[in-house]
Amino acid sequence: MRNCIFLVVVLLCSFSGTSLAQRIKGSDTVLPLTQTLSEMFMNENPQATVTVTGGGSGVGISALLDGTTDIAMASRKIKFGEKMKMKQAGQNPCEVIVAYDALAIIVNPSNPVSKLTREQLEAIFRGKITNWKEVGGEDAKIIVYSRETSSGTYEFFKESVLHNKNYMSSVLSMPATGAIIQSVSQTRGAIGYVGLAYLNPMVKAIQVSYDQGKNYIAPSIEAALKKEYPVVRPLYYYYEKTNEAAVMPFINYTSSPEGQKKTLEMGFIPR
Amino acid sequence: MKKLIDIAAKRIFTVSGFTTSVVILLIIAFLFTEAVGLFNQPVVEDGYVLALNKQNDVKTLSALQIKDLFDEEITNWEEVGGKDMPVKVFRLEDLDKIYTEEQLGDEYQYAGDKIVEQIQDNPGMIAFVPTTLVEGRTEINMIKDNTIPVKDVLFGTEWFPTATPSPIFGILPLLSGTIWVSFFAILIALPFGLAVSIYLAEVANSKVRKALKPIIELLNGIPSVVYGFFGLAVIVPLLQRTFNLPVGESGLAGSIVLAIMALPTIITVAEDAMRSCPRTMREASLALGATQWQTIYKVVIPFSISGITSGVVLGIGRAIGETMAVLMVTGNAAVIPTSILEPLRTIPATIAAELGEAPAGGAHYQSLFLLGVILFFITLIINSCVEIVSARNKLKR
Repeated sequence: MRNCIFLVVVLLCSFSGTSLAQRIKGSDTVLPLTQTLSEMFMNENPQATVTVTGGGSGVGISALLDGTTDIAMASRKIKFGEKMKMKQAGQNPCEVIVAYDALAIIVNPSNPVSKLTREQLEAIFRGKITNWKEVGGEDAKIIVYSRETSSGTYEFFKESVLHNKNYMSSVLSMPATGAIIQSVSQTRGAIGYVGLAYLNPMVKAIQVSYDQGKNYIAPSIEAALKKEYPVVRPLYYYYEKTNEAAVMPFINYTSSPEGQKKTLEMGFIPR
Repeated sequence: MKKLIDIAAKRIFTVSGFTTSVVILLIIAFLFTEAVGLFNQPVVEDGYVLALNKQNDVKTLSALQIKDLFDEEITNWEEVGGKDMPVKVFRLEDLDKIYTEEQLGDEYQYAGDKIVEQIQDNPGMIAFVPTTLVEGRTEINMIKDNTIPVKDVLFGTEWFPTATPSPIFGILPLLSGTIWVSFFAILIALPFGLAVSIYLAEVANSKVRKALKPIIELLNGIPSVVYGFFGLAVIVPLLQRTFNLPVGESGLAGSIVLAIMALPTIITVAEDAMRSCPRTMREASLALGATQWQTIYKVVIPFSISGITSGVVLGIGRAIGETMAVLMVTGNAAVIPTSILEPLRTIPATIAAELGEAPAGGAHYQSLFLLGVILFFITLIINSCVEIVSARNKLKR
């Protein structure tokens, strides 16, 4: 009996070894997209097994370095330090953009302010501007909502809008995007940021200018597709050059028409 | 045979008692070892170093100064005791914006040289780079790095756990937030809890009690996330309108939600204690001509005071350790609160929100364990207070 079980285990192992097995690990922002795409991929290719786990961009990339994952998902570009580590270990990481993710800056619908420059946003989130009248609004205190420090969105906003400076310490940090929308919709002086996919009529999206106020662009999928809207980040897959043949079927699938359609449905901008 | 079972049972109870105690002690030991590790961490992120130009005579910088330098709050070296020259910040990520891949080499073997070159060219530059790249270079100055000082953590007023190059772990805002919220929660829950338990134990007839008690106990079974949602959607806007606040997420919203959550515990335990007051004592009091109210506060409450206190303490324990509901309604701004109507951040909420992404073994991770230890001490102090109070009450009787 025991021998029998052993045999089955060995057989199972060898089967999974020969089929298209791949492990994907990394950013929680890319996680839902990858999960959906991998399910569709597995439905079409029954012999393939794709396991997807989260943990954050940094976790994914260090797993790629250790060889415990085949594809690392990242909501940011690989850091210079990480790339250096990999090169020193004789590895050659390749980069693919899966999709784009845009951040919308939102305020309460009753707020008359409808456009801001990056410099004004930086000053607001760093606590240098504290009243709406300084940016052309009514005389009311600005209430700044942000995500928790563990969120990839927090880091991206810090990099893109604050140019790597720190948020002020009295910023209100919310555990989820839904909570930010709820709070902004019921607080008159509120400002916050959410993924484009989460925008809804309960809040008002702000037009943003990254060129000192020459062009203000409202966040929308079209504007992001045309590369006009500035607060956009690419979402990446990283894989090891020598492993290319094994991971390519899935990566190609993500850019197939069905894959792109699903990407758009999930609120991301296809590449 | 019976004797054998007897011995076996005794053994099993002893063993289980010992293992439980050992496991608890091990958990505490683990908590402490992780937490103490924080004070062995360098101020600048592990594996990195801050490099300066040779002309710059600044030797040491505190974590706060480093943060202000990289936030461009400090723009001249004079402000941190150096020469009069402007500060220029350099991060490793800037390297491939200045140089091409070819200049850096296939395996980035020239990266170290290029960094040194940059620092030499810019007298006011402060560079945040990996130690391995610039180790042993004499053409540049390194900031001497210390371990994180205990004083900066325990009395620090700023909490920036993910700031680079030097995270700041001042726990004072979190500690004061926790105590502030719990204090007001108890202030709200105590009168209501006592009133309801007295009503249930002494005033209500048995029909009302049979209907009310299960409903109150049901409150205990509601998951805390649900309380959080309720708080965010109902209490927060309500407070905002009533007090005309710029922001509704505040300590008071947290206190109210916590008070509602602590109520069932306080009510059930206190009511049970009052009902265990012997009938004879009550009858004696009434027979002496005391009214029902006099009987309640002269006889029943003094008799059941230790039960009531333990109910209150269980309630406080729930309030201090509560995570999810507080995370959703207090706004989580890491500032020392000056009034209860301001947003604040509590210790459990911080641990829950940040542990997910803190790299295991890093300074941020260890600082969260330190917060756990502090929470542990707060509950320990409260529990010992109760032990002392109830011991004194027993002596009096």
